[in-house]
Amino acid sequence: MQSTQTITELREFVTSNFYIPTELGFDDTSSFLAQGILDSTGVLELVTFVEDRFGISVQDDELVPANFDSLAALCAYVERKQVWR
Amino acid sequence: MTYTGTKPAFTATPAEVDRLVMRLHEVVRHGMRRKGVVLGISGGIDSSVVAALCARAFGACNVLGLTMHEAESSDDTRRLAQVVIDHLGLATIDEPLSPLLTAAGCYERRDAAIRKVVPAYGPGWRCKLVLPSILETEQLRISSVIALSPDGKELRVRLPADAYLQAVAATSFKQRTRKMLEYYHADRLHYAVVGTPNRLEYELGFFVKNGDGAADVKPIAHLYKTEVYQLAELLDIPAEIRARPPTTDTYSLPQSQEEFYFALPYARMDACLRAYDHAVPAAEVAAELGFTIDQVERIYRDIAAKRLVAHYLHAPPVLLD
Repeated sequence: MQSTQTITELREFVTSNFYIPTELGFDDTSSFLAQGILDSTGVLELVTFVEDRFGISVQDDELVPANFDSLAALCAYVERKQVWR
Repeated sequence: MTYTGTKPAFTATPAEVDRLVMRLHEVVRHGMRRKGVVLGISGGIDSSVVAALCARAFGACNVLGLTMHEAESSDDTRRLAQVVIDHLGLATIDEPLSPLLTAAGCYERRDAAIRKVVPAYGPGWRCKLVLPSILETEQLRISSVIALSPDGKELRVRLPADAYLQAVAATSFKQRTRKMLEYYHADRLHYAVVGTPNRLEYELGFFVKNGDGAADVKPIAHLYKTEVYQLAELLDIPAEIRARPPTTDTYSLPQSQEEFYFALPYARMDACLRAYDHAVPAAEVAAELGFTIDQVERIYRDIAAKRLVAHYLHAPPVLLD
């Protein structure tokens, strides 16, 4: 359930703050970077959102595509951080 | 001109200099019907080369070089700008920028942005924005501020989105105010404004929209930085200007262009951009430049992301007809 709630909130933030062309066929594993959904400012906005909304602190060495390049990756990262907190 | 891997394809020759000079003259005098040109002189290699081309195209007396230093300009910038002005014999006007920038709130707005993450930031502190190394880490290219306190303590803090955007927006007053002054003098003299971006800057969006990105003609925007250095030698630009490492000279701490924007020192960035533009496989570039394939793929992704941003920066206003 936690996963569903987290990914729903992340999806809501991404789809309401960034332009996603309908032809991209966006889903939870779509690459934010490869599909041009996020530029560097967009990544910064996403980092600020997850820190504020989920009460986690993103370390510099965690700012990698493996954690931030898709909804699924980001959800898994946020939930790992919440467990460690 | 044929492409050969990542090696430069351009060779500066006297004939090429003559071609650029004639084309510049034709574009400004015939196309724009302007009598001369205005440009900002920074003491860097790009504005020095463009100034030399302009002096040949229009005669030094028809080239107005503006020096537009401000409180955070380096001593080197001030000195080298004078070196190139004296060398070329340009007509010059000094336009001190700090009063205009202070009135616009450039420094105060930027400092307020930095105080969001460094609350003590204020008078006597200095700063710059930096990116993580693209060669050493997979880290996403997000800027941090480096702040140096008056007693020498250095802090490095990642900026949240609102602080980053405000710091950059405030700093952009510098480029936009310079351009405003260039157009003032151009209008007054019926001259054209000449821009000084090289290809790395132009193609990858390393400029401020309606700031240093604005000009009537950009004579070296098609040339890679290494090619600009070739031209500089041919145009007899003073050695100390050719030897100076490229700098942004925008923030109060010394800042190289690669730590602020580009992924690599200019010669390697040139090679990678040229390879990217010619769809050279990452493995081939890696072998030639001594990188790993992963590194080249990261550089290619960074180039693609910058070109996406540059698309907006280059776009003219859209008419809804």
